Amino acid sequence: MRAAIIQFPGSNCDRDMAVAIRQITGAETHIVWHADSELPSGLDLIAIPGGFSYGDYLRSGAMAARSPIMKAVITAANRGISVLGVCNGFQILTEAGLLPGALMRNSGIRFVCRNVALRVDNNQSLFTNGYEQGEQIHIPVAHHDGNYFADDATLDRLEGEGRVALRYLEPVNGSARDIAGLLNDAGNVLGMMPHPERMIEPLQGGSDGRRLFEGLIRQIA
Amino acid sequence: MKTRIFVTLKNGVLDPQGRAIHHALEGLGFDGVSDVRAGRLIELEHEEDVTREQMEAMCEKLLANTVIENYAIEEN
Repeated sequence: MRAAIIQFPGSNCDRDMAVAIRQITGAETHIVWHADSELPSGLDLIAIPGGFSYGDYLRSGAMAARSPIMKAVITAANRGISVLGVCNGFQILTEAGLLPGALMRNSGIRFVCRNVALRVDNNQSLFTNGYEQGEQIHIPVAHHDGNYFADDATLDRLEGEGRVALRYLEPVNGSARDIAGLLNDAGNVLGMMPHPERMIEPLQGGSDGRRLFEGLIRQIA
Repeated sequence: MKTRIFVTLKNGVLDPQGRAIHHALEGLGFDGVSDVRAGRLIELEHEEDVTREQMEAMCEKLLANTVIENYAIEEN
């Protein structure tokens, strides 16, 4: 398996993401700089990591979504290559139009940094097949803009199509319908606010994030 | 020449920042304000021949996120 991790100025979870992918899946990982316009060939996975790309200027993820490498990411996603966006990565995917809706300022204004309880609402995806349907898991969040917004018609459609992969089981950020993780219509793109790469071994306080990567490798390797 | 672009949240989109500002105003003793919504002002310094259509394209492609925001381009 070959994976690319996209690095923007201000990314800060790129290395953790690379380590998690490499340790769990054995993949060859490539860190790709935002100003590049081409991705390595033969990729199975593209990860867009968390952080504060471009200092969150204009809107979180807005500048990163228009950077040169994102054209290649959008092309790859449309060809069916798996794309995982975590935290700022989720914000970038919505700004790039690969996922619907937008991520707004947390309803409580504050930056939220803690472990949260989540429910796996669709375990049939590339990314969530390592979990039981309806399983409760704990993965940390660390964000200021995780308040998912889409209009009611869009939310109804997303829920009807099983595209809500993960939901918060507790108040976190005011997210519409408690959406924590969202799939695209083809199922090869997942955006999620919680950080699975920060929960891969007991030393980190738990390993509930590990099965996301284990499930992924079963499906795409 | 200069053109100002105002980016504001759409009606119905909750504005936690505006709510916090409203709360702070009340805390300072300013009564009679019923709602606060915060937006963004972007000033473009540009050549005369930049058209309104080009500025609309800038708004659609980058300056506003039209899922949640409206934009208004100031008439010169």
